[in-house]
Amino acid sequence: MSVRHALLALLSDGPKYGLQLRQEFETSTGEIWPLNVGQVYTTLQRLERDGLVESDDAEEPGPQKGFRITDSGGKELKVWLSTPSDMTSPPRDELVIKVLSAMRVPGVSVHDVIQVHRRYLVELMQQWTRLKEDEADFDLSFALVADAELFRLDSVVRWLDTADGRLKRAAIEPAVARTGPVLRRRLVAR
Amino acid sequence: MSYLELRKVSKSYGDGAGEVQAIQDVDLSVARGALVAVMGPSGSGKSTLLTIAGSLEEPTAGDVLIDGANLSAMSRNDKARLRRRTIGYVFQDFNLLAGLTAAENVSLPLELDGVSAKKAHMAGMTALEGLGLADRATHYPDELSGGERQRVAIARAVVGERSLLLADEPSGALDSTNGDAVMRMILTACRRGVAAVVVTHDAQLASWADRVVFLRDGRVVDQTLPPPSPEALLQESSGPSPYR
Repeated sequence: MSVRHALLALLSDGPKYGLQLRQEFETSTGEIWPLNVGQVYTTLQRLERDGLVESDDAEEPGPQKGFRITDSGGKELKVWLSTPSDMTSPPRDELVIKVLSAMRVPGVSVHDVIQVHRRYLVELMQQWTRLKEDEADFDLSFALVADAELFRLDSVVRWLDTADGRLKRAAIEPAVARTGPVLRRRLVAR
Repeated sequence: MSYLELRKVSKSYGDGAGEVQAIQDVDLSVARGALVAVMGPSGSGKSTLLTIAGSLEEPTAGDVLIDGANLSAMSRNDKARLRRRTIGYVFQDFNLLAGLTAAENVSLPLELDGVSAKKAHMAGMTALEGLGLADRATHYPDELSGGERQRVAIARAVVGERSLLLADEPSGALDSTNGDAVMRMILTACRRGVAAVVVTHDAQLASWADRVVFLRDGRVVDQTLPPPSPEALLQESSGPSPYR
């Protein structure tokens, strides 16, 4: 998550103080991601160093020091918003590695490993759904964050369901030994 | 106390080498006011479980009790009456009758049960109003959107004094927003005292339930634990999250 760009976005509608930025950051993200005030000032110092924001004066950062976005900062923000996040390389997901590992460990049922995680994920989704029902009518930012989290968790459950089915079929019909050349696919980050 | 209870219920189709065990030794208990989701992949026995719970099919073994009454001890007429008066069904493809308006579709189960047309219509309108569909009452199914059709199907399932709602993939092909709306309505019916079972492969739908039961190869393999308070999610120590 880019705190740097989120702060630029908050400054794009007018100058603000550090504490104000922290409060607005938390509000605009549905109060899901707490932000340390020290992190706000460190990030602002770096943004100022890079010419993306400027402050009222040369004093040390403090509650009374205001910040505003520069033209360069505005351009940087627009580039960030319109550039897709890098998703070319699969993340080294611990759950994927656990399932792959469980297939090799004697005495461990990979289906049981999958079910433990499936249940955990669905329990998390139950909590998010309740929160969303309680809060979504009052807080659009929170509703968007809750939707994102529900879809993220749902995609993991779907992967587990697919893996479960694939492993079940593989146990009934073992894969045919490969006779042709092995094709290795590599996803190269742009 | 359980309103719907399945005790060691099994169902098989065919015999000999061709016998298929659809569900096996399933125990399930649903209290009034509770929404239980049964989650499992295609072929796990979800729909069979639901049709047996709704007395649409007989189990091969085991007992089904609704409000303490064992279905196996009931006559065909008693079971038919139970289906007309007590149980509401919601199916993936809505199953509305094309030649009837929304209000007529909703009041039909009551009329079939001998309730006067006027009383049935009033109860149907009450159910439609409860789901925000009063202004669609005179529309025919093909004049309604997919989301509205499913809301009419839910109104029909809860009309009158129905106390057991059984839903099979109730969001069907609806999008996520309409799927949420369908589950919100089922949950609202539960909060009025209806006992509900929703079978689905969809974790987002299941996450609306008070309890999720996992079915695999016809057996109950797991269920969710009672939830902690939702606020636990927002606390620093609530477990792994990529955002902390």
